[in-house]
Amino acid sequence: MTAPTTTPPSTSPTTPRKTGARRVPRATSGTGEPVLRAGPLAIGGLIVAAILSIFPLYWMVVVASRTSDAAYSWPPHFLPGGNLGENIQRVLENPDAAILRGLMNSFIASGTITITTVFFGALAGFAFAKLRFRGKNALLLSIVLTMMVPIQLGIVPLYIMMDEFGWLNDIKAVTVPFLISGFGIFLMRQYSIQAIPDELIEAARVDGCSTWRIFWNVAAPALRPAAGVLGLLTFMQYWNDFFWPFIVLADPGNPTVQISLRTLNSAYHQDLSQIFAGTVIATLPLVIIFMFFFRQIISGIMEGATKG
Amino acid sequence: MNLQASVAPPGQSTGTPRPRRARRPSWARLDMKISPYLYVAPFFILFAIFGLYPLGYTVWISMTDTSPLSVDTSFVGTENFVRLFGDTRFWNSVINTLGMFVVATIPQLLMALILANWLNRRLRAIGFFRMAIAIPIVTSTAVVALVFGMFFARDYGLANGVLELFGFDRIDWRSSTWSSWLAISSMVDWRWTGYNALIYLAAMQAIPRDMFEAAEIDGASRMRQFWQITVPLLKPTIIFTVIISTIYGLQLFTEPLMFTSGSGALSGGTTGQFQTITMYLVQVMRTYNQWGYAGAIALVLFLLIVIMSAINFLLIRRISSDR
Repeated sequence: MTAPTTTPPSTSPTTPRKTGARRVPRATSGTGEPVLRAGPLAIGGLIVAAILSIFPLYWMVVVASRTSDAAYSWPPHFLPGGNLGENIQRVLENPDAAILRGLMNSFIASGTITITTVFFGALAGFAFAKLRFRGKNALLLSIVLTMMVPIQLGIVPLYIMMDEFGWLNDIKAVTVPFLISGFGIFLMRQYSIQAIPDELIEAARVDGCSTWRIFWNVAAPALRPAAGVLGLLTFMQYWNDFFWPFIVLADPGNPTVQISLRTLNSAYHQDLSQIFAGTVIATLPLVIIFMFFFRQIISGIMEGATKG
Repeated sequence: MNLQASVAPPGQSTGTPRPRRARRPSWARLDMKISPYLYVAPFFILFAIFGLYPLGYTVWISMTDTSPLSVDTSFVGTENFVRLFGDTRFWNSVINTLGMFVVATIPQLLMALILANWLNRRLRAIGFFRMAIAIPIVTSTAVVALVFGMFFARDYGLANGVLELFGFDRIDWRSSTWSSWLAISSMVDWRWTGYNALIYLAAMQAIPRDMFEAAEIDGASRMRQFWQITVPLLKPTIIFTVIISTIYGLQLFTEPLMFTSGSGALSGGTTGQFQTITMYLVQVMRTYNQWGYAGAIALVLFLLIVIMSAINFLLIRRISSDR
């Protein structure tokens, strides 16, 4: 179980055959020119796949931009209507869903987790890749092992702890336990190995730099691309997280945005255009980020990011 | 904190500046010894509090009858586990979880393989296709569940509209086991197929080009090249995605939860036809307030994830080495 996950999938088939040659382009989206030209089947298949991928998101906008009654009509409308602004206003003003508060909470929680994950990931990743200390390998292995423990396993005691800390229905409960990730450390370690030359560190040491200054002035700038990718993936993960917020933020008055959506959906009278306006608001920030950074996100995933 | 103390006793490091003479002052030696531990310590401290401690506590709590409703807690030994093995609702949730895992994962990974193979061609607008196929990843599972929940609505959903268009009967997707499994699996597949395709694509791009060129000269069809060169070389990557899918698939929660609305959503349908293990776990914990029993379910779930990952690992290794 541990063997395949410890090595990022993209590199594992690489290493045995083309060791040196493909190391360099890994930092970018790293694509070799494919040999085969795409045939009609491939093009057709890709077009269908692209439509299937985009359609649900498009459909979300269509329903969100029409009246509530239009959602139930048959045949359905396939073009956006003109009620998007009105529906968004209605969902923002819905007192039960508290979606504005949810957006703010999600932003604060995901933002905080992202900053600390990247910082401590870089710091520890740098240490594991470039510093010498006793017990390094055992500690690294234990970090990899922690990545495989699902949160469900400790959910009951974690809930009891949150209760004792007085953190139930408080965003501290969805922030503090996740401030540092094993995955982040592992990713930054892999990147540090290739991105920071040992000679540079040695030179800095000879010049009398402290370890901290070496990290801050030599390592950190070199780690910036990987930090960006890790930050994007982390922000996405916690913005979209549902399971743990559902457990500890039971009071709908102080939700994350995903919990607001759940509250909207649970209303006795379902108002589809309002629900979908909510999903548009919840998805929009990530779609915008995705559009700007999709190269980095995709290369991050292709480098062997884990799910979610 | 005690990590650094045990490895670099302050007396020793400050007391031995002589051997290295003027090259490195004592503070620098101390810095080199202690800093690495300081840098990795935050993770271990946080993990000890929010990872390790709850883990040990779960083992303890699963052997008690802890409940927020009663002040007294007594040790019950293996009682919770014995009860679990006779609990038909638990086994129902296990079957549902495994069933949806199979229904979702097999087509998902096959589609991802084929998509990756298509994306690994010379093609105009390749960037657009990659972006289109990757975009479901940014959508939250809650949003996916809401949008697909509408597709699969009984009276006005698109899925039934399409069925009717082709002369089939409408389906009440939520009412039966198979239809609800299919609907929920389609949510999982929509969100994850592109992700897996990108991982396969990365691995395919690492395959040396001359292998295909040689096969092309030998007159091997593209189909044969795919099954006999690409897939076997992708074995480590396929194993990776299968294990990841197993870990996440067995924890399936949000999609089936949001498939129905209202307060009874944790039951997963009128007869629990799509209640997953995690849903049952949360229901036992939050609705029935049986924390000890919930702890036992959590442990068995973890065990199941480990066992299934191992089985899938062996299975995939066997299948791909037979080829």
